[in-house]
Amino acid sequence: MSAAMQRSLVLAMLLLSSLAPPARAANEADYKAAYAAAEVASKEASGMRNQWTTTVSTLAAAKKAGDGGDFDGAVAAAKEAEALAKASIVQATSEKEAWKAMEIR
Amino acid sequence: MKASISLLRGSLGAALVAFALAVPSVSAADKVDPAADAKAFQKFFFKKFPDVKHDDFVNGPYSMNEDMKRQWQEKEEFPPYEFSLDAGKEMFATPFKNGKTYADCFPNGGIGIRQNYPYFDTKEGKVVTLELALNRCREANGEAPYSYVKDEMASLTAYMAFTSRGKPMDIKIPDDPRALEAFENGKRYFYTRRGQLNFSCASCHVQSPGERIRAEILAPALGILNAMPIYRSEWSGMGTISRRFITCNSQTRAVPLEPQADEYRDVEYFLSYVANGLPISGPGARP
Ligand code: HEC
Repeated sequence: MSAAMQRSLVLAMLLLSSLAPPARAANEADYKAAYAAAEVASKEASGMRNQWTTTVSTLAAAKKAGDGGDFDGAVAAAKEAEALAKASIVQATSEKEAWKAMEIR
Repeated sequence: MKASISLLRGSLGAALVAFALAVPSVSAADKVDPAADAKAFQKFFFKKFPDVKHDDFVNGPYSMNEDMKRQWQEKEEFPPYEFSLDAGKEMFATPFKNGKTYADCFPNGGIGIRQNYPYFDTKEGKVVTLELALNRCREANGEAPYSYVKDEMASLTAYMAFTSRGKPMDIKIPDDPRALEAFENGKRYFYTRRGQLNFSCASCHVQSPGERIRAEILAPALGILNAMPIYRSEWSGMGTISRRFITCNSQTRAVPLEPQADEYRDVEYFLSYVANGLPISGPGARP
């Protein structure tokens, strides 16, 4: 393991599968709200030139579930997509300085 | 890094992301000094792989593995990029509808000049890659541009690389703050972690060259563009620099940028400059 990695601190471990399930069945409004929030975060990540492929595919899965009337599935996927997008934003923000740690000097 | 590479290898299905927020130990004055960067870059690889001849770094994964190198040398007798090379040569000689040819767009008729690309265009204030220059040549002569990731572009660059084989990479950074900025941006792009797997180009090509990712042996970052374009069995065809960058981004689960995005142009400038002095070896063939 490199010195840079050893010095590094694991700040967040995001286990997406452990997101808490909703208490009641979701409806279309829940889906629309969750999807809109995910879309905002994903657009921000894209604007930072740091979109993750998994954000895009999870957002697409949310839409597909929503279109098919599976609102529980759609809300869960939208929340996951939002979490992914937000993680990519954190990454892009921290890398503005953190990249220098890896530089060959 | 070993741990991260095995994360990539082992858990492609796991929806897990770990942020390693390194605390950088950066010296106070961050002056852009490309010559010093290139020197440090080369020294790093020469020290890390003392048994690899300096000129051999341009052979990508083959410089890292003797068995693989032997197989490759046997293959070079009937190189799989030959069809592409022939096609490129013919395309290069065939006039556009207006009677002009590619040769009219390039210094020295386009022969033996691969080592000078990318260059910084002080008029545009941006880096111009060979792939970009080729499409600009087409458009200036009333032809539709080629896809940056498909065979035609690979054939043209294969031919131009072939006529430049053995020539030392010779990238200039003019005395222009925008050129220094492009170099610096390319460097930052190279070292910046991205994608759900949180990898930078350097995670694979600086920290882990010679290691395996699935079936592939990672090429060292030093001289990594000298062999481009490359034939890959996995692609069952040729790949341009644009195609390779896009593939590498996707591997870390980062959405790739559009071909010839400023970031890609700049990272090509950076990687080529730090390889100055190492010979052009393209086109290449990979397993
Ligand atoms: C997850 C690891 C990984 C990351 C990150 C990565 N690459 Fe790669 N790259 C590979 C693999 C695997 C190959 C194919 C085997 C080889 O040649 O190294 C490759 C090949 C290449 C090649 C062709 C080398 C040759 O001689 O065939 C280039 C050029 C390249 N990568 C550039 C980049 C750039 C620029 C970045 C950052 C945008 C990057 N790579 C990020 C894994 C990675």
